Order: sequence, then structure tokens, then C-alpha cells
Amino acid sequence: MKRRSFLRNTGLTGAGLFVGFSLTQCKVDEVPGIINLLKTNIDNEAIGLALNNYLNIDPSGLITIMAHKPEMGQGTFHSIPLILAEELDVDPDGISIKIAKGDEERYGPQGVGGSGSVRDMWMPLRNLGASARHMLRQAAANTWGIDIKDTSTDNGFVIGKEGVKLSYGDLVEKAKDIEVPETIELKAISEFKYIGKSKKRTDINSKVNGSANFGIDMRVEGMVYASIVHCPGWKGTVKSIDDADTRKIAGVTDVVKTVRPLFKNTQEAVAVIADTYWAALQGARALKVSWEDNKHAISTEDIFKTMHSKTKEDGMLDKENGQFETAFAKSDTPFEATYETPFLSHSPIEPMGCLADVKGDKAEVWATTQTPGWCKGEMAKMLEIKPENITINIPFLGGAFGRRLIHGPILQACDLSKKIGKPVRVLWTREEDTMNGPFRPGSVNALRGTLSAEGKIDSLEHKVVTPSIGHALFGRDASTKVPGSAMAPLHEYYTIPNYRSKYVFMDVDPMPLLWWRSVYSSTNVFAHESFIDELAVAAKKDPMDFRLDLLEDDERKHKLLKTLRQRSDWDKALPEGWGKGVAISHCFQATAAHVVYISKTGTGVKIEKIHTAVDCGIAVNENNIIAQAEGCIVMGLTAAYKDAMIVKDGVTQNSNFHNYRMLRINEIPELDIFVMKNEESPVGAGEPGLPPVAPALTNAIFNLTGNRIRKLPFELDKVGVIG
Amino acid sequence: MGQIKLSINGKSYTIDADESMPLLWAVRDFVGLTGSKFGCGIAQCGACTMHMDGEPIRSCSVPLASAKGKKITTIEGIGTEDKLHAVQEAWIEEQVPQCGYCQSGQIMSAVALLKTHASPTDEQIDEAMQGNICRCGTYDRIRKAIKRAAVG
Repeated sequence: MKRRSFLRNTGLTGAGLFVGFSLTQCKVDEVPGIINLLKTNIDNEAIGLALNNYLNIDPSGLITIMAHKPEMGQGTFHSIPLILAEELDVDPDGISIKIAKGDEERYGPQGVGGSGSVRDMWMPLRNLGASARHMLRQAAANTWGIDIKDTSTDNGFVIGKEGVKLSYGDLVEKAKDIEVPETIELKAISEFKYIGKSKKRTDINSKVNGSANFGIDMRVEGMVYASIVHCPGWKGTVKSIDDADTRKIAGVTDVVKTVRPLFKNTQEAVAVIADTYWAALQGARALKVSWEDNKHAISTEDIFKTMHSKTKEDGMLDKENGQFETAFAKSDTPFEATYETPFLSHSPIEPMGCLADVKGDKAEVWATTQTPGWCKGEMAKMLEIKPENITINIPFLGGAFGRRLIHGPILQACDLSKKIGKPVRVLWTREEDTMNGPFRPGSVNALRGTLSAEGKIDSLEHKVVTPSIGHALFGRDASTKVPGSAMAPLHEYYTIPNYRSKYVFMDVDPMPLLWWRSVYSSTNVFAHESFIDELAVAAKKDPMDFRLDLLEDDERKHKLLKTLRQRSDWDKALPEGWGKGVAISHCFQATAAHVVYISKTGTGVKIEKIHTAVDCGIAVNENNIIAQAEGCIVMGLTAAYKDAMIVKDGVTQNSNFHNYRMLRINEIPELDIFVMKNEESPVGAGEPGLPPVAPALTNAIFNLTGNRIRKLPFELDKVGVIG
Repeated sequence: MGQIKLSINGKSYTIDADESMPLLWAVRDFVGLTGSKFGCGIAQCGACTMHMDGEPIRSCSVPLASAKGKKITTIEGIGTEDKLHAVQEAWIEEQVPQCGYCQSGQIMSAVALLKTHASPTDEQIDEAMQGNICRCGTYDRIRKAIKRAAVG
């Protein structure tokens, strides 16, 4: 392969980043959003000539950039093309952005998770934009017979001597064959015109008039609807099906056994097929299924009892610096505390589902997936067809938060389409989603520590007792090997002289578990930042001072917290009946901290105001980073004081939003969010704001009431009373 | 099954469906207007909010029998191709949506609120918007957008 072509097509300059791109400059054939066959005459092709795998320019001047990362609310539909547009030097407001199909051969990794899209695509897309801009400038220079050095660009035009200019559209035909030099000069950060501003997201216009296409909106000719009844308890099998009442319902055509693959486990299920969704749902409600061995006696109450007793186990050493044991033993006044966080459901507002059309050795899906490449591999395995025979269309995802990283409903729709020989739209009810998981793992964290005579932390041990997601999904060993992610972000915290972290495995099979927004940081940080607060109180130090002292060696975090201190008026005297709390965390390479102000109301407290600081490097789109922080606050508060997922005798007790409650508009405090300014490489903003929300709140509750909350969720209207 | 006449966004439709079918599914699957969304099926989340004779309703829980002869308005019916409704414009100005799935319902609740309260107080916004869940957490912007639309 010629390196120059490689750079042009992939934007990748570093070694080891090869992701198998096609080198042919073929015409892009992706769709704008998604083909909805109820609507006709949709222009579904990026027109013009391709300068690389993400960029097409039409001689008319129309510039099309592919959004290759699934859009679930995080804003990559806009922010990813924005990076390329910046280096190409075109205003992203004037271009066409189209959702790519699932095609990792072409685009490289398309998965969205771990707040990684902007972080991972920053340099590749800058290189792609810059190399395309070079090609266009060179084409213009050749046309005018001048040196490329004497050209510049401005919003879609190459400018030559004495202001003469040609549009990118005029130049694309010549530009497409120009070789790209080995190294491409990128814009200096000070030259950015669009990055670092608050640009309007281009997906939002379609989301205010009902025209945005989500998974649930996809339709193809001849499709039928499926409503699903899953085996309660996850692991049982279908013993018998009584579908007499189901088949009486007009429109019901089939009752079919199916599965919901969960990697190491497979959940059995029965699907009712009908010509309308309503008929399928009524049919599912009328269905009587007997299940064999579906009671696995899993109960969350027992799980927490066991996890609490497991805090006494030695556990596996994860990381140690200094000599914890020796330092801890020195003190006459050790501090110990145990914290509990619940199992949770992701509950994106769009219920699980998928439209699949399997015909012979070919399959096409319209799938709300966070992992198109992985999804394609799983489909190929299950259907025993070649990956290249699979088409994955990715409509907008109606929320995800990790829930759409795995592919149960998609594979289920494929299974059903194959079995009945028609395109099938699977749509789960809210109850099927809430009750069947997968869930965020619950945890019990046990912390111990001591203070020096000067009131500094001398020793600290953080022991995490929690199930392993890798074990729950894939059967990965977590009983003799610490699952690294379960310890996040404990290694990226404070400088403590004698520190160690430990892990104790908890087996909850067959309960399915999954990565949930900010993953284990969402549970570990509650414990860590609560205990730090307890030590600050014990040391009679201001909790803000105490943390700043611990962060002295970490310039960026220290600066962030100092800024937050000022911005939140931390040092001002509190109004009568108010309390305040602070917490910070580092998650997926970004840092966020909150200061929460609360006031006393009756037997509880009211959240008055939350101040937030976020540092995720260069702000690609500042307004979107603020939006993500708002989302993290709302989801973090919901996790702190709404409902835990409760399982009894293998059956989930929560079923819908009446008993798995969401925060609502009347509960939102005043928010003040600001984004730190620096020139560090950008990282993702979708998750880092979440972990410190709960401890900032419970630290404030302690500050006001003296009531130390060590178990989530709690009842906000009762925490004002101690005991 | 029967022939059910519906008036949706000023147009008449005759649908051959069961009277117990919720209005939401008739509008989505028979009329083909997919802006109104299914979220919970039990009137808890508001993603399916439409107007029936001007009042906001949770269409997932309103059977067709109750919708007959009523004027139904959906998200597709509040603006025109050329001009968005003031609430929709405010939603864009404040950059409210994230995933966007619940926003048709949010906007329909907000439009109904502003019809009865031209300049709603925070309490009136809370009251009117409490039935609409946004899992992405766009509530702060929803409040700002309603106030912007009220002024405009």
C-alpha cells in the first residue's frame, strides 16, 4: 500500500492504527438518515466525488461529510463531521451530513462508548480534512500555475493571488487525483474557526418537528410486527405454549419460539407475530407460556447481604503504593465505612427493538446499535452468513446510555425474520425492557483509612465488591483476576502515601449486566468521594481545601477545582438552613466536579443549585459539552434518589416508569455549568459529569443535617432527620 | 374491527381498526405520522403526547373509541413547512434535544401550556411538563425554551 493513499483515505498517521480501509475512491452510497419506504423519493446518495471515505464534494459545490458514529443524543452526528470540516475549512452549517451505514471496513471503528468518539477521531479526521484541503489547494495552484504556498482557503473556496478564487466544487474533479504528501500541515489551534465555538447541532432541526427517524420509525414493504414474551428468570426454557386466546385476536398470524442471545447465556422467549403492533401486543398479553426451570432464586436482597459479608474477605490486590498495612496499623483512630450502590436499568426512552429482513444468505437490519461492527459479527455468526452480505442501517437512537452496546433485540429480529421469511419489526414493551435487563452492577465498597497528626490522609484502602460485567456476559474469569474496569477511576485520583485498592468478585449469574453511563465510576466514585469527605470532616478541614491539598501534584484537576471554588462562591457564608457539598472525579480521561447547594424543607432537603466544572480538553462544541453535563447531572440525581432495581426469586419487581421512576422537570435545580479552556487534545464529555453527582449531594446533606448517606438510593424528603 | 373516522391535523382519515386500539398506534401505523413516539404504554412518560380538541393527551392510553369525532393534532400539525411553531423555534434556539425521542411529546405539552398561559410561571411549567420524561435530562433547556417562546 502506498502510504500517501493510506493517509488520504484514513487520516491515520501513527503506526498500529490500521483499521482495514478500502483504498478505492469509489462513489459513496450511504443514505441520509434512513430509507423509510412509507416516504418516497428520498435522495439517499451522497452526491459528487469522494476525496476520502468520509468526504464527498459535488461539482455544484455541495459538500457531504459522513457521520459514521451512531447518534444517541451525545452529539457526534455533528461534532465528528465538524472536526473534518474545520481542517477542510468549510462551515459545517453549510454542508450536508449523512448517517453512514455500519461499515467498519470503510470507516474504521464505529462503536460509541467510553466517551471515545471525539477522543479517538480527533487526529484521524483532522488529517483527513487537511489532506482534502491540500488536494483542493494544489488543484487550484495547478490551474493558476502558481505555487500552493500562494493559495489559501476560506469556507469552501481556494483563494489565489489578488483575491482570485475557485470553489471546492469547481476543483474537485482535478483534486481527486492529486497525491497527498506524507505529512500534512494541520491548522494551529488559534486558527480554528468552528471548533471551540458553540455551534448549533445539525440534527436538532429534525428533532423538533417529528421528522427525525428513530429505530421505531423504520418500515419496509411487507413487514410484520413482533411482540415478545421473555422467560422470567433469564435461564429457563419453554415448556409449553397455550396460544388459543392469542390466535383469536384479529391480525395475529404466528406464534414463534425465539431467543434473546446474551453471549454466554441465552434467554428463551416467545414472539407473537401480527400485521399491526397493537394486534401483536394484545396477542402477547393473551399468551400463556409455561416455563421450565425459570426460577433461579436470584434476589437483590440476598446479593447485597452476600456482598456486605464479602467485604470481610481479603480480596485480590489491584494496586498498592507505599505500605498500607503498616501505615494503617500505626494509627489508634482508624476510620472505616461501607457504601452501597444499587443495580440500575438504563431505560433509554426508546424501547428496545429492531427491524430485520433476512433473505437467504443476505440480511439487512435497521438497528439502534452503539456497536455496528460488533453487531455485524454477531449477526454473521448467528445467521451463518458472510459479513459482507449484511447491511446495517443506523437510524437515530432514542437514547442508549450503554444499553445498546449489545445486540439482543437485533439478533432476535434476525432470528424471527429468518424463521417466518418476512421482514420483522420487533418492539419490546417498556416492561420487557425494564424487567429483563441487563442492569448496571450494584456494589458494596469498603473503605479504611487513617490521618496523620497534621490531618492529612496517611493511609487509605478502597475495596470494591461487585459483580463483573465481563463475567456476566462472557464468563471471563473475575475470581482469580481483577477486572480492571471494575476499579475505575480509582487509580486516577489523589496522591495518597500509603494506598491500596482491592477487588472481591460477586457472582450473580444468570442476571445479565452491562456497561451503564460512566460504568463502574458511577458506583466507585460515590464511595471514594464520600469517604474522602468523611476524612476531611474527621481532620476538621474544609472539604474543598482537603481535596485541593490532595491534588497539589495534578495541575489540571487542581485548577479545575480552584475555578469551581470561585465560581460556586464556596467560601461565602451560607444562607440560614443551607448546606453545601463537593465531589470530583476523572472518568474516560476527562475531569468533572460539582458543588451542590441544598436547603432544609420539612423532613427532607431541596437541591437549590449545582455548579459544575468540566475539563475535556479543547471544547469541540462547547454548548454540547454543557448539554452532556446537564444530562449527567439529571441521570446522576436519578440514580442517587429514585429507584433501585429489585429482583425477588429471579423476577424483577420494577416494570415501568411508575416503579422505576425518573427525575422530572419539577425536580431540576438551577444549573451553572462551565467548561475549562485549554489546548489539550479533546476527550469525550458524555460520561465524566455523572460519577461525582451523588457524592456531592450526599456530602451536602451531611454538611446540612449531619446525616451521612452511605447507601443509594435514598429518599430526598426524609434525609433531613437523623437516624 | 370497524371503520373509524379520525380528524388529524385538519385532515380526515377512515381507518379499519379495532376501537380499543390506542390512538398512538393508529396515527403511527395507519396514518403514517411517526413523530409521536411510544415510550411506556401507560401514560407515564409523555412521549406520545398529542392534542385532542386542544387538550394534551397521552395517546398511548386513549382508545380510538374516545378519539372519534375529536380534532387530533400531532407534532406534524403545529407548524408548517415554511414556518415552525414558536415553541419549535425556541427549542432550536435553546438547543434542547439530545437523543430527541421524547421531544415531540415535550413540545406538544409546551404548546398546550402556552395556549392557556401565555407567560407561564415556573410552577405552571412544572405542572404542565411533569408528565413528560426526558431520560437525556434536557429539562433545564426545556424550561428556558418555554420562557423564550412565551416572550417571543
